[in-house]
Amino acid sequence: MTLHLAVALDAAGWHPAAWRESSPAVFSAGYWAALVAEAERGLLDFVTIEDALGPQSTLPDGFDDRTDQVRGRFDAVLLAARLAPLTTRIGLVPTATTTHTEPFHVAIGIATLDHVSGGRAGWRAQVSPRAAEARHFGRKEFPPLDQILNRPGGVDLSTDPHVRDLFAEAADAVEVARRLWDSWGDDAEIRDVATGRFIDRDKLHYIDFAGRFFSVKGPSITPRPPQGQPVVTALAHARLPYEFAAGGADVVYVTPHSAEQARAIVEEVRGLSGDVKIFADLLVFLGEDAARRKARLDELDGTELVSDAAIFTGTAGELADVLLEWRRAGIQGFRLRPGALPYDLTQIAQGLTAELRGRGAFRHAYEAATLRGLLGLPRPVSRFAEVS
Amino acid sequence: MGRTARAGPMTRKQVHLAAHFPGVNNTTVWADPRSGSQIDFASFVDLARTAERGKFDFFFLAEGLRLRELKGRIHDLDVVGRPEALTVLSALAAVTDRLGLGGTVNATFNEPYELARRLSTLDHLSEGRAAWNVVTTSDAFTGENFRRGGFLDRADRYKRAAEFLRLARELWDSWQPDAIAADPETGTFVRPGGIGTVEHSGEHFTVQGRFTLPRSPQGRPVIIQAGDSGEGREFAAAHADVIFTPHGRLEDGQRFYADVKRRLGKYGREPHQLKIMPGVTFALGDTEEEAAENAAVIRRQQVGPQTAIAFLEQVWGRDMSAYDPEGSLPDVEPDLSEGVSQGRVPIKDRAATAAKWRALAEEKGLTIRELVIEVTGRQTFIGTPETVARLIDEHVQADAADGFILVPHLTPGGLDEFADRVVPLLQERGAFRADYTGTTLRDHLELA
Ligand SMILES: Cc1cc2nc3c(=O)[nH]c(=O)nc-3n(C[C@@H](O)[C@H](O)[C@H](O)COP(=O)(O)O)c2cc1C
Repeated sequence: MTLHLAVALDAAGWHPAAWRESSPAVFSAGYWAALVAEAERGLLDFVTIEDALGPQSTLPDGFDDRTDQVRGRFDAVLLAARLAPLTTRIGLVPTATTTHTEPFHVAIGIATLDHVSGGRAGWRAQVSPRAAEARHFGRKEFPPLDQILNRPGGVDLSTDPHVRDLFAEAADAVEVARRLWDSWGDDAEIRDVATGRFIDRDKLHYIDFAGRFFSVKGPSITPRPPQGQPVVTALAHARLPYEFAAGGADVVYVTPHSAEQARAIVEEVRGLSGDVKIFADLLVFLGEDAARRKARLDELDGTELVSDAAIFTGTAGELADVLLEWRRAGIQGFRLRPGALPYDLTQIAQGLTAELRGRGAFRHAYEAATLRGLLGLPRPVSRFAEVS
Repeated sequence: MGRTARAGPMTRKQVHLAAHFPGVNNTTVWADPRSGSQIDFASFVDLARTAERGKFDFFFLAEGLRLRELKGRIHDLDVVGRPEALTVLSALAAVTDRLGLGGTVNATFNEPYELARRLSTLDHLSEGRAAWNVVTTSDAFTGENFRRGGFLDRADRYKRAAEFLRLARELWDSWQPDAIAADPETGTFVRPGGIGTVEHSGEHFTVQGRFTLPRSPQGRPVIIQAGDSGEGREFAAAHADVIFTPHGRLEDGQRFYADVKRRLGKYGREPHQLKIMPGVTFALGDTEEEAAENAAVIRRQQVGPQTAIAFLEQVWGRDMSAYDPEGSLPDVEPDLSEGVSQGRVPIKDRAATAAKWRALAEEKGLTIRELVIEVTGRQTFIGTPETVARLIDEHVQADAADGFILVPHLTPGGLDEFADRVVPLLQERGAFRADYTGTTLRDHLELA
């Protein structure tokens, strides 16, 4: 049984000092094209692209004025679209926030990515809890996130009313996107010369969504995308986002730090949904000198790397051991966050995949043309389709 | 770069050309056997590559954020369905090198921070080829697809658009041109003070914070405006680099051209800083007769029997489906109480329009379909490639336009003949570039 493997692309890699060793041109399309080509050569399922509606920061909320780390990044949906014609099989999963965007725009953007990539689009739906980002829109007053984080009782945000609203809104945004993707029947375009009709209007549907945060009439302006519905994914660390992912996503990224934790998380998520694919996130430095490379970068950055995901340093063979162990705990795939680009990506795409193949745990060729196909997810029938 | 071209021995004004990807109106002929997909990416690539082969300034996409309705139902006769403009343009940036990439995006249903960022991204990813056609069209009908509904009166839409644009510019300018040092030796990625803070407090927006992208290759994307009202023209004079207008005929074009260029002085701008580009259609043939015949065939394809009735209904404001499109105009009066068409630019005075149509039909003895063909016809350039090249050049030299946005009637092959047969003749006349001389859209448009 093949394991699913994705990589999370962000700037020069997930170590904030990574740019100092490779000095990549992160604001050029060519840099990203080379990365995604490497991932595709490794036959990975998909790449994700990080994004946010504000610059990177080491602070929980607000700009930090550091000059020694990468600041700035592209709109991820447009970057994914720019990469689509340069690739043929790998899935492209940009991040787009549900908090300040228009669900209609995001839905047609992701549908368009699916059209231009021939069915390889996904969406990482993410909430933006930060007050600093809200001030870029000036429509909503958010409590400063560091206040929430510093509340007595720890950092479980699940009971915070502000955070609950953000996830409720995210759930509505995903629901609206899925309805909009379904709002055109697959065969709505008829080009019937005799009656002069380009479309069969009975196969276009108003979605009539009315929720607490917005309402959307529909139908979409973009015909149903090749996958029917692009793959929706979400990162989740706690009960509330697990619920969001179980209800709205096709793939959830979780962050266990051991096989044992992985087993517990899988059990909790499975209690909410039998269908959602469970991927684990791992931040990885690969190779014989992985630990030394990480230490060197830590020193450059002036502090030891911290992450929500477990941080792995070791060889591709050792990583393969971990992945297979976690798979036995119920994890179906992995989203690896390369510590430094392009180095760790190359180790993943070449070294790790070879290891896994050697153990019969990874594909030898792309077996499907769409991302859903690679993930073994069926193409959904439109909810509006006649059952006659 | 543009300056030297103008000042050289050949002082001929240069023609600018853009390619409109056809769709979502009855100009686009979908029933023709040569008509391909309106949504497959291959169609976009095909048309964009043709435009680039023809050394066009830019590729252009329209927008509509809600499907049009007639008599309370989705209009089903024209091409329906299109991709999100900036996403498809970003993909096209990967398969073209020089062609400008212009997208229509409504200012009313977007937020400046997010859209400024998307436009800047497109400018980076295309190495300086992005353009934004700022429209304000949509109303409460379109608003039903968005968070804030139909929240703006017509009069306020251009005010919001103007403030939107001012704020977008603040965001685009907020990073110093040399903000990115990316120097591994010193460990400086961003120069101290390289990223400025934006503090904007206005009637429509209060935005405070930092932008997420370095200055894009063009500094700011090319701004296109496409409205026709007095406010629209004023907005263009103040903010736009290009105007997309319906005024493609010689005298009408000259009037519009003079009017808009005159307005520029008020904003401290010079005439060459705003390019006027009417949207035009064309029909070609080996002889004048053949071209006229082709034009007539296209018109009949564009106005099929059902489309003729649909046009009548938009003006008459009632169900006219019982009437024979090949018969004469019935004697019923228009119902002026309310319009039956949604999502289109409304017809201004329906009573007067109906009276005019009736008079014309009686005078010339036209059937319903013939009448609609006559009154909705906007074919601008009909003739042999020599004739069309000459007409285009003449319009530009006579200050009726600075160039044209060509709206082919076929997807995707509708520009092939133009690129292969008309463009070389324009080049021979010294009125159009033999090759791109710059890399950015601002270079092509001779905008500093
Ligand atoms: C040639 C031309 C093309 C236009 N294309 C679009 C379009 O693609 N999408 C849209 O929403 N509005 C479009 N419009 C209308 C809007 O540009 C404009 O905001 C609207 O007409 C209201 O402004 P006005 O009162 O100045 O005309 C177009 C207008 C013209 C003249």
